[in-house]
Amino acid sequence: MPEVTVTVDGVAYEEEVEPRLLLVHLLRDRLGRTGTPIGCDTGNCGSCTVLLDGRSAKSCSVLAVQADGSDVVTVEGLASGGDLHPMQRAFHEEHALQCGYCTPGMIMAAIDLLRDDPDPSEEAVRRGLEGNLCRCTGYCTIVRAVRRGARAMSGGRDAGPGGEAGGEAAGGPAGGEAAGEPAGEGVAAP
Amino acid sequence: MIPAPFDYVRPASLDEACRVLGEAGDGDGDGEVKALAGGQSLLPLLRLRLAYPSVLVDLGRLEELRGVHDRGDHVFIGALTTHDEVLRSPVVREHAPLVALATATVADPAVRHRGTFGGSLAHADPAGDLPAVALALDCVLVTASGAGGREIPAAGFFTGYLETALEPGEVLTGVKVPKLGDGWGFHYEKFHRTAQAWAVVGVAAAVRIDAGAVAQARIGLTNMGPAPVRARAVETALRGVTPPAAGAGGGHDPVKDACAWADEGTSPPTDLHARPDYRRHLARVLTHRAVRAALP
Ligand SMILES: Cc1cc2nc3c(=O)[nH]c(=O)nc-3n(C[C@H](O)[C@H](O)[C@H](O)COP(=O)(O)OP(=O)(O)OC[C@H]3O[C@@H](n4cnc5c(N)ncnc54)[C@H](O)[C@@H]3O)c2cc1C
Ligand code: FES
Ligand code: FES
Repeated sequence: MPEVTVTVDGVAYEEEVEPRLLLVHLLRDRLGRTGTPIGCDTGNCGSCTVLLDGRSAKSCSVLAVQADGSDVVTVEGLASGGDLHPMQRAFHEEHALQCGYCTPGMIMAAIDLLRDDPDPSEEAVRRGLEGNLCRCTGYCTIVRAVRRGARAMSGGRDAGPGGEAGGEAAGGPAGGEAAGEPAGEGVAAP
Repeated sequence: MIPAPFDYVRPASLDEACRVLGEAGDGDGDGEVKALAGGQSLLPLLRLRLAYPSVLVDLGRLEELRGVHDRGDHVFIGALTTHDEVLRSPVVREHAPLVALATATVADPAVRHRGTFGGSLAHADPAGDLPAVALALDCVLVTASGAGGREIPAAGFFTGYLETALEPGEVLTGVKVPKLGDGWGFHYEKFHRTAQAWAVVGVAAAVRIDAGAVAQARIGLTNMGPAPVRARAVETALRGVTPPAAGAGGGHDPVKDACAWADEGTSPPTDLHARPDYRRHLARVLTHRAVRAALP
């Protein structure tokens, strides 16, 4: 059986795997990282989204052997110590979940989106999360949470409820000025 | 579901890939040897157990198949270049804007990070957005195999439902996208009912205006048959037509008349999204929209 080396949430693993083992099954069944759920058989729902070498990927549509040598970040790798990642906190504060099944994938997709667009408009959030389905919330609170998380990540200033900031073109309250690579911040494994 | 078992090979070179694919590659059906690119079409098929390959040959590490190159009269897009890389390429944006416009409508960001340009063409899904673009632009598909390699014009590449001219053991290495030169405008018009979904119908349009009239038009249709088709009747009817000035409300629109030929010679499918007559209607309406938006 092929052997794969992967780093998951900062921990290096070497595993012998069947070629047909999906990355999501490696994460859940072999490495015990059940924070990443499986919602479909077709690559549509996005609940299994992780960061694979820094970019969002649906871990149900990647073979474990394809991820050999890669760095994987799951929703379980976001918090540092007892502190939630700003995007996790924003989802909590905006009530951006009901059953929570879609939440890990939403959060990972949102963090990926911010790499290119640190202060996304509502439209940009909706477009950026189009590969992630939610059956509960109706998306409005999710969009607000992502914009709030974005501001928290880029400026450190967690300005009030999301969605009210308006004027995305002008840069949100703390948006445009962010130096360096704001979206990368906090994504790095502990 | 968990896919049925298969063997996995990750060749280190294109030669090795061709050899492995050629050795056991014996056509369609179960037990075949299959290339694996981004896996965004193949892995869902395996999970639904709609495909049972015996060996997967992972092309994913063949760096020589990746990247976008400006080659003078054409842009060469390596088969393994992901949709995301295509979208980020300044060369594509400048010299192959129709490819960029259509790629932006493919799936969602996570799928675009892994799915490849070549995989989309080799998969030849009638609802895929890129085959119609390749057809409209008269792209040339470049392959490698144990027997050497070929250059296959897009018009001869898409042979049927999920079928292409690729022989067993033949790898698509890249695509030549001709630069069309000055005076052209482009648009990809896709009709789908939910975010991230495949096209019910899509229209790829390239239009060149000369002295105020249409000098040339190239139209490719997505999901109007088992394989992508050119709307030749529209292309012919548009020649010499002077588009009405933008904002000129009402009145007779010769562009619209020409686009009414869009479904000529097509055989659109029936599925849960649409019946053939509705697809025909969509083809006419969307072609008009695509051509109007493409007018430079
Ligand atoms: C949720 C979802 C939504 C999608 N929506 C769209 C959409 O709206 N529009 C659209 O166009 N596509 C869509 N796709 C498909 C996506 O574009 C895929 O990236 C593409 O169809 C296949 O590319 P791949 O690299 O993943 O190929 P794979 O899945 O790896 O391979 C597909 C097929 O092509 C063959 N193949 C691949 N590369 C080569 C090669 N270099 N040489 C020879 N054979 C090869 C394989 O053997 C296989 O048969 C969607 C996919 C998903 C999961
Ligand atoms: S489980 Fe639905 S996209 Fe992965
Ligand atoms: S909160 Fe239930 S699916 Fe999104």
